[in-house]
Amino acid sequence: MIKKIILYGFLTITSIITLIPFIWMLGASFMFDGKASVFPPIFLPDPFTLVQYQTLFQRLNVSQNFFNSLFLSISVTIVSLFFNSMAGYAFAKYRFGGKKFLFNLLLSSMIIPSQVTMLPLFIMLKYMGFINTYMAIIIPGMANIFGIFLIRQYCLAIPDSLIEAARIDGATDFQIYRKVILPLAIPILVTLAIFSFMGTWNDFLWPLIALTDDSMYTLPVSLANLMLEHTKDPELMMAGSVVTIIPVIIVFLVLQKYYIKGIMMGSVKE
Amino acid sequence: MNFKQSTTAAYIFLAPALSAIFVFFFLPVIAAFIISFTDFDIYTLGDISTLRFIGIKNYIQLFDDPLFFTALKNTFYFVIMAGPLSIAVSLGAALLLNSKLVKFKSIFRLSYFIPVVTTLVAVAIVWRFIYHPRFGIINYLISLFSIAPIDWLGETSTAMPAIVLMSIWKNFGYNMIIFVAGLQNIPEDLYEAASIEGASGWQKFKSITIPMLAPTTVFISIITMIGYFQLFAEPYIMTQGGPLNSTLSIVQFMYQEGFKWWNMGYSASIAFVLFFIIMIGTIIQLKFQKNTE
Repeated sequence: MIKKIILYGFLTITSIITLIPFIWMLGASFMFDGKASVFPPIFLPDPFTLVQYQTLFQRLNVSQNFFNSLFLSISVTIVSLFFNSMAGYAFAKYRFGGKKFLFNLLLSSMIIPSQVTMLPLFIMLKYMGFINTYMAIIIPGMANIFGIFLIRQYCLAIPDSLIEAARIDGATDFQIYRKVILPLAIPILVTLAIFSFMGTWNDFLWPLIALTDDSMYTLPVSLANLMLEHTKDPELMMAGSVVTIIPVIIVFLVLQKYYIKGIMMGSVKE
Repeated sequence: MNFKQSTTAAYIFLAPALSAIFVFFFLPVIAAFIISFTDFDIYTLGDISTLRFIGIKNYIQLFDDPLFFTALKNTFYFVIMAGPLSIAVSLGAALLLNSKLVKFKSIFRLSYFIPVVTTLVAVAIVWRFIYHPRFGIINYLISLFSIAPIDWLGETSTAMPAIVLMSIWKNFGYNMIIFVAGLQNIPEDLYEAASIEGASGWQKFKSITIPMLAPTTVFISIITMIGYFQLFAEPYIMTQGGPLNSTLSIVQFMYQEGFKWWNMGYSASIAFVLFFIIMIGTIIQLKFQKNTE
């Protein structure tokens, strides 16, 4: 019994400690200028105000950045789901020349840090005229190796007999993918969609490099820029952080089951 | 369906993803390797004919650059401190959550996990104020123990530890989930057999849990190491690499050289050194795993 109380006490306290930064962030974002710069720190706004959010959306035009982030995250998610699912399915269910070689090549290249590609990618996209456009973010996000593996792993468990049956009924390869595989793979597609959406939404270094105008910035880039000008405005910066974090938290809370499953699947050894 | 038909169909399915990966991932990797042997700079960006091959000059210059060694040292410090500590915290949290005594696991799991999904830039900004020398929560907490306020991000001795603490908070939930999965895969009867033979909790942990978790732990240390070597946004937001370059990371150094000063040849050589370090680190850990098996 005592053991249980200690355990619960410990879990509760550490959970609260983990959440304190968010509680303070939320509280400060509803305060007037200067109200969050007090000692000892306070968590509840008194009086409550939305003035920081008004400044963000009316004066600083953060709604444009919000739209950029949302549009890019959704675009990358849709395109990459399509590309990755086809490739993952092919790796799982087809025999083909060069399969082993390609698979190992992709697997081992997962340790290449993406920073290595950024300089040539920048030069390439600059010559193509895509720097500072949405394409600069969408193009490198079209396919990713981790996504292909996740889909492959899942498709391996789909029985061959289902595919054979569809083939005997006269279905083409694409029809099988579209009508048999995709419906069965919905759970993993949801998982991958969350990964892509959050990955694009939270990404920082590449958008910082590839987008050069305020009006093109994603939220994290815009926020980082704002930080340099408003170092002394915690209330405004906290409102900016809330706006940036809320969408990913909502996506996560609604779909957390799929997200957690995805992490566990990603850690399965070959 | 014969092998030839199967191959054709497979490549049609693979074509979009593979061509995207080849053109926008593999090709840039090869290009970066070539660029690292050139003097590619802002003039080359305008007029490609000014490009000259300079052999391994960039790499030689790199090993003469004190700033590079500062960045290297800081990044290693970060990886060596934050890596093992965050893994230990993850394991601790996983053990707690896996305890049979605990109910409402999902609530605790959720609160530990929330920092993982949130935007790094946004939480780095929050932590910047948490570390505020006059009004920050951390200094309030230590004032309860009568410790004088510390300018966490403003002192060379505390800036990197502050970033380490923030990173552990941000990331431990991810590995915690993987550890929980690993713990659930350990057969229950191993523990029962040990209990019958009178093993203590600690003995069971040492001789059942730890060895059975070894593959999970190796996997976790590899992905954690790869991620931590790419440290960038935390110092960029919280300290801009300061004070006195005490938090300048390899990636930030690469970013500055490449995209601020446009020394792209030099920057590419930095990226390759990072790649090389990550590769060596991964190989060492895989070797380590083979030896323990």
